Amino acid sequence: MSSMTRKEQQQHANLLQGTLDMLILRTLLYGPAHGRHIGKHIQRTTNDFLQMQHGSLYPALHRLERKGWVSSKWEMAPDRNRELKYYRLTEQGRKQLLVEESKWKQMAEAVARVMWPAAEES
Amino acid sequence: MNWLHFRRRDRDLDRELQSDLEMEEEEQRERGLSADEARYAARRAFGNVTLIREQTHAIWSWSWLESLMRDLRYALRTLLRVPGFSATVVLVMSLGIGATVAMFTVVHSVLMKPLPFPDQERLVRIYDADAQDPTRNHTAVSGPDFFDWRQQQHSFEQMAVAWNLSSYNLSGTAGLLPEHIDALTASWNLYGLLGVKPALGRFFDAHDDQQGANATVVLSWGLWKRRYEGDPNILGRTILLDAKPYTVIGVLPEGQDFPDATAQVWTPFLHETPTQWMQSHGAHNFQVLARLKPNVTVLQAQAEMSAIQAGIHRQFPSNWVSTAAHVVPLLESRVGKIKPALLMLFAATGCLLLIGCLNVANLLVARSAARRREAAIRTALGGGRWRLIREQIAESVLLCAAGGLLGLFLAWIAVRWLLTLHSDIPRAEGIHLDSFAIIAGIGTVLFCGMLAGLVPALTFKERQILGPLQESTRSQGAAHTGAQARRVLLSLEVSLTVVLLVGASLLLKSYQRLRSVDLGCRTDHLLTMGISLPDATYKTPVERAHFYDTLLERVRALPGIEVAALTDRLPGTGDFSDEGFFIPENPPLPAGQSLDADVSDVDPGYFQAMQIPLIKGRFFQQNERLGRSEHAIVSQSFVHKYLSHTDPIGKHINIDSSSTSHNFEIVGIVGDVHTSVASDVEPAMYFPLFRGEQNGVSLAVVTGPDPLTIALPVQKVIANMDPNLAVSDVLTMNQILGKSTLDASLEAMLVMAFAVVSLLLAAVGLYGVLSYLVTQRRGEIGIRLALGAQRTKVLESMLIDGLRPAMVGLVLGMLVSAGATRQMQSMLYGTSPFDAATFILVPIVLFAVAAAACCVPAWSASRLDPMQALRME
Repeated sequence: MSSMTRKEQQQHANLLQGTLDMLILRTLLYGPAHGRHIGKHIQRTTNDFLQMQHGSLYPALHRLERKGWVSSKWEMAPDRNRELKYYRLTEQGRKQLLVEESKWKQMAEAVARVMWPAAEES
Repeated sequence: MNWLHFRRRDRDLDRELQSDLEMEEEEQRERGLSADEARYAARRAFGNVTLIREQTHAIWSWSWLESLMRDLRYALRTLLRVPGFSATVVLVMSLGIGATVAMFTVVHSVLMKPLPFPDQERLVRIYDADAQDPTRNHTAVSGPDFFDWRQQQHSFEQMAVAWNLSSYNLSGTAGLLPEHIDALTASWNLYGLLGVKPALGRFFDAHDDQQGANATVVLSWGLWKRRYEGDPNILGRTILLDAKPYTVIGVLPEGQDFPDATAQVWTPFLHETPTQWMQSHGAHNFQVLARLKPNVTVLQAQAEMSAIQAGIHRQFPSNWVSTAAHVVPLLESRVGKIKPALLMLFAATGCLLLIGCLNVANLLVARSAARRREAAIRTALGGGRWRLIREQIAESVLLCAAGGLLGLFLAWIAVRWLLTLHSDIPRAEGIHLDSFAIIAGIGTVLFCGMLAGLVPALTFKERQILGPLQESTRSQGAAHTGAQARRVLLSLEVSLTVVLLVGASLLLKSYQRLRSVDLGCRTDHLLTMGISLPDATYKTPVERAHFYDTLLERVRALPGIEVAALTDRLPGTGDFSDEGFFIPENPPLPAGQSLDADVSDVDPGYFQAMQIPLIKGRFFQQNERLGRSEHAIVSQSFVHKYLSHTDPIGKHINIDSSSTSHNFEIVGIVGDVHTSVASDVEPAMYFPLFRGEQNGVSLAVVTGPDPLTIALPVQKVIANMDPNLAVSDVLTMNQILGKSTLDASLEAMLVMAFAVVSLLLAAVGLYGVLSYLVTQRRGEIGIRLALGAQRTKVLESMLIDGLRPAMVGLVLGMLVSAGATRQMQSMLYGTSPFDAATFILVPIVLFAVAAAACCVPAWSASRLDPMQALRME
């Protein structure tokens, strides 16, 4: 992270905007997880390309909870001897994930069509 | 979500963040870091925990309400710590808000509130008008025009006609005193057209409204309550109006003051109006009201009516017959005259409010500049920028709310005061601080709070954390951010002040012009009163002439009365009566054309009593009366306009009315008088009052130092002659003139008051900014002085620094004024909107005040003791 310039960080932040909710929901599809776990997972899966800022992670989680897409519960962590706050996907959240996913796909396709018109022809 | 729940959320969030932080720490330790290093690493990875907590916390909002309370509490504490500052701001705001809310109340009640009639937007007035400029040159409608309109139009559901009878003598019966009451005569459908229902009995029907019908009358609620004590048996009773019996058939509902609040009885139009009034298309006597059909617009109706009237003019081509008609919405016709004055005053209060806001913003900017360190520290500790801005706004909203509360109270007082002074505002009875005004007041408070708070709040810069913290140690030459914002605010303030000053001095000048108008006759020590002789008891000219003769004789015999005179039309009162005529000695006019002049009847002693000079010829003589009275006296401007080529004495004036044709020989020429203070001199002609034609006259007596003391003896003389006669409008000439210039004086006074307050505010603002700058630059000035800078140089540079925003504001203000005063043209009498004296004087005054305000801090800067200034750091 220290090697990253300020500009790159900015890029990541922009990329995350609006898609963070979807990524969290998708992560929770694997099963319940606590906040830090979710953040780490996203970061690891993208090979550290997406840096999880705590400042956006927690507000996002609470936002999703408020909307009723995830629910939370304090549970004992299996690998550690402590209680952690686990988030899990609700039924509504599952539906929302599908919606977000299809929206994202449409968006990506639309962008692709503009960016690489040749690929479309072939 | 309740508060407990809320607390639980908070604890939950704390625990979550804490546990994740510990996890991070554990993981770091597992990687082999020491306990301390692991804790720091975890903290670094997490970033600003407080900020995260705040932001996450905000997700569970309605926290806006919670934080609003906190902001307000915090703001209140901060403000109470500086009571002097807070009190000043509250006072300034209350002045601005009070004035604005008061003016808004008046503007809203008078100009905007719909009239109290069903579908009032379909009600219109129709005037006879001039096709060249129908909106300006419109007049009352002639009878035949009205009847033609009613027959030919398709735009209106109904059309009614009305006119103000000057008055009736209501005879005393059964212990009631005789009374002189204003009356209105209207076609039978007027109140049906308006949609008003009687409180008692009925209105006229078509049967009552014709000549030869039984005389009927409808009473106003006020007259019924006052004189007849609300007696429900009044219906069917007979009252004597001008000594003729009328049957009371109805009572109007309470508060029904349309079209004339002074009218106390209503009589049917065709029954009351003399037939000769309705024979000429050129005799403009009546008011016409109409209700538009649902789908017809005012413009469509206007087009149709103008076409009809143009047709009438083609049929009767005379310059007395109008060439077009003008349709005006009823509301507009009632308040159109006062509209520019009200809007001007409203704009002035708006300026005052803006200046108040700017001043408060200015003070807040100063405070926020002083609190930059606090802001920087809080930002460093994780306070969001939005939070700081919100707090700033909370502070100013709080100030404005306190100011608003006080302001509403001031507005309440101001509205009452305005109404006692300015009681002739149309629809004045509807003016009071209602919920609408209070809502407007609250809106104003919020607007001001936002405006005053946002300006300083925006000078916070998030990234500037280190700057203020470092600069505080040695502040020379820094800290200009706040000062810059304040300079801009000051320039705006000064420019608004200039606009107010220019407007105020124009109005003041116009008012002085108005008061110093020489009417052309005496105005001091002059007492006047109106007398009206009922036709029923004074049937013939002989009886009337005899009454006037006796009256003058007896009044002149009273002790303390120097002279007395009678006329049917006093100068300066605005009374005006046009009469068409021709001069037989002049070349004949084209068919249908005639000359016109203002006409009055006067007694032989009138000109001497009123000190109107005789230019040539002679006055009327005592024996020129009744049949031997075919003489006329004309004014100088009459001669100038109509008889400039020859000797006017001995020429004739022929008044060719429908009934008679009279030739009057001109025997004298007198000086010009103004019919009202604001009007130009019009050609005038005078006929002998002793012809006995007039039954309504004004008595004018010249007395000692206090004219009003003589009123009672004079009234006794009149009562002795005829106990049934009522006397009206007992006023001195100065009271009459004061009344007619009251509006102008009030407007000038109010705007001048606003201007002075804003000048004061601007001066305080200038003083404050420069004092602040001087304090900021103490160190710098100290160093300069220590290095040998001359004190005059320091004084000069500080003065220039302070005066620059004032000069910018001055120039801006002059430019805006030049545009704004043009809108005031209709309110100015004998004063150009670009009055040179004003546009020279205002900048001088403003510059002087600004220089005075800047001198004190600049002087103290130049007197600075360098050693002391440097040691202070």
